[in-house]
Amino acid sequence: MGQKITIEPVTRVEGHGKVTIHLDNEGKIEQTRLHIVEFRGFERFVQGRPYWEMPVLVQRLCGICPVSHHLAAAKALDVIVGAGTGEGLTPTGEKMRRLMHYGQMFQSHSLHFFHLASPDLLFGIDSDPLKRNVIGVALEYKDLAVQGVMMRKYGQEVIKATAGKKIHGTGAIPGGINKHLTEEERDYLLHGNEYMNIDKMIGWAQDALEFFKEYHKKNTAVIDGFAEFPSSYLSLVRKDGALDLYHGVLRAVDTEGKKILHDVDYQEYNKYIDEEVKSWSYMKFPYLKEIGKTNGWYSVGPLARLNTADFIDTPLAQKEFEEFRSYNNGKPSNRPMHAHWARLIEILHSAEKIKQLLNDPDLMEGELVTKGTKKYEGVGLIEAPRGTLFHHYKIGENDMITMANLIVSTTNNNQPMNIAVNQVAVKVMTGKKEITEGMMNAVEVAIRAYDPCLSCATHALGKMPLEFEIYNASEQLIERKYRG
Amino acid sequence: MSKPIVATTSLAGCFGCHMSVLDIDEKILELIELVEFNKSPIDDIKKFTKKCDIGLIEGGCCNSENVHVLKEFREHCRILVAVGECAIMGGLPAMRNGIPIEECFNEAYLNGPTVVGNDAGIIPNDPELPMILDRVYPCHEIVKIDYFLPGCPPRADLIWEALVALVTGDEMKLPYEVVKFD
Repeated sequence: MGQKITIEPVTRVEGHGKVTIHLDNEGKIEQTRLHIVEFRGFERFVQGRPYWEMPVLVQRLCGICPVSHHLAAAKALDVIVGAGTGEGLTPTGEKMRRLMHYGQMFQSHSLHFFHLASPDLLFGIDSDPLKRNVIGVALEYKDLAVQGVMMRKYGQEVIKATAGKKIHGTGAIPGGINKHLTEEERDYLLHGNEYMNIDKMIGWAQDALEFFKEYHKKNTAVIDGFAEFPSSYLSLVRKDGALDLYHGVLRAVDTEGKKILHDVDYQEYNKYIDEEVKSWSYMKFPYLKEIGKTNGWYSVGPLARLNTADFIDTPLAQKEFEEFRSYNNGKPSNRPMHAHWARLIEILHSAEKIKQLLNDPDLMEGELVTKGTKKYEGVGLIEAPRGTLFHHYKIGENDMITMANLIVSTTNNNQPMNIAVNQVAVKVMTGKKEITEGMMNAVEVAIRAYDPCLSCATHALGKMPLEFEIYNASEQLIERKYRG
Repeated sequence: MSKPIVATTSLAGCFGCHMSVLDIDEKILELIELVEFNKSPIDDIKKFTKKCDIGLIEGGCCNSENVHVLKEFREHCRILVAVGECAIMGGLPAMRNGIPIEECFNEAYLNGPTVVGNDAGIIPNDPELPMILDRVYPCHEIVKIDYFLPGCPPRADLIWEALVALVTGDEMKLPYEVVKFD
């Protein structure tokens, strides 16, 4: 079979994501594009499968945040089995899922900050690429590397205790959850040893925030001025406006913080959101219908969540939230690099939530599953680490899936990432004779601030492999460069 | 003596196998003492800079670029290991085998409930995008594979044991719970 395959000209080394930049004769940038080059076809191939397979099946979209897909699918199926949305579950069902989700948030955010983002902060955007990676961090900042590794491990252990397995577990089922938390699991996570210890995790989350704030103080221009641009923001919020990563209503605010989507029921997401298809990317471009294709795009993720929420319901994170908000004069922050700040506040919030939940007796006893009258359509929504994640399913009389629609977090950020790429390219490359590795990394740093989980649409970890092509005004390729 | 050199890549997979590598947790610090990394998404080496001893492959081949990367790995690595179900037998992405690719495209770009106004019927087709293959191919159908590590993903301790065995030449310890999965 192998011989039948045609290999296209070798222009891509590993191009999961790819940027093209068009320059005119004067070195002015005419066009930049972030191309997403993978396509897997989940929406079609899950059709004809029994609905109860979905939470286990669709999490294979992504091994980095499988819990998010697992829970978004389970939430859609809660509606289908007649358990309603979040409030319809038993206390045990909802709280076990929440614990799983905060574990996921904690591990994924830790992975992004320590393994992916910190090398740029520690070594500088234009430092030696051979050193600028997690191994470089481990060799030079061993304590920080250990902290990152152990924080990620803690989150993974929370997932294991709730889902049975660290990657691609099976905890959530339509209408609830399949197990209680045992006393041993609870004690292990509360104070199992020096590292498996929730107070240690809260302390480390605070340390990471201090590290970032200190860095911010010394490098204000890099953090504040880097690719700043106005955007709208979308996320779930709890009904009272609190940050909520698991359940709530949909809210969007404009660049000034004014509400443009007023806390609506996400079962009707389709009334508010459409997606545009463009020929040059396998990833679609979502937008708010009411505002339209051109201006209706929005950002999602940690920064969007802190820009849309009114407050945080855990004390330590709330204090940090107030500082974050006041730095931005109470308005949304339009600085993509502040996503790192927001992400760290969410790590702290997740740790506080995990502690609350571990001390909640509902996790160890009580009904696991809610039953109700079957329906034929359901929407599940969750705040994945990288932002709002939509799963929408319809089933037929025989319980088989007839329609699936997925809008993953990174897809929601498609347009903002394209704008960020353009902003940085214009800033650092315009009129330059030679395009340096540092300039290319600057573009990547902007993309990285969004923590794009291209596994969900493609797959990438660490440095996104990027290829740059530079054209002159008459569309001739004048230079092609690979990152690294 | 110089350290054995390891390269890794993710083709049509979900990155769960790479995450499982990270799940060796504190042993990561031992690993970077034990081996040297070359081309891998976990570092910044995008093109092979030297011949490698071990290549770890996650994912099967769903597009022309996956095939290219896999062949490049075969060329540069002395030992090639298929890590996880996607690399071994196409895994979950292979659920699309048997469905015409046009149907997958139509579902995503024309029929989806949130795709409105695509009157022009645009399906991504830019020359910048790699060609999607008719089906998802497991790695051994494209190149010779030396070892297979099963699991979705393989357990972290299986990956660790396999790597240590390959690097040191010692026999792998394989208690039942390490090879059993799901």
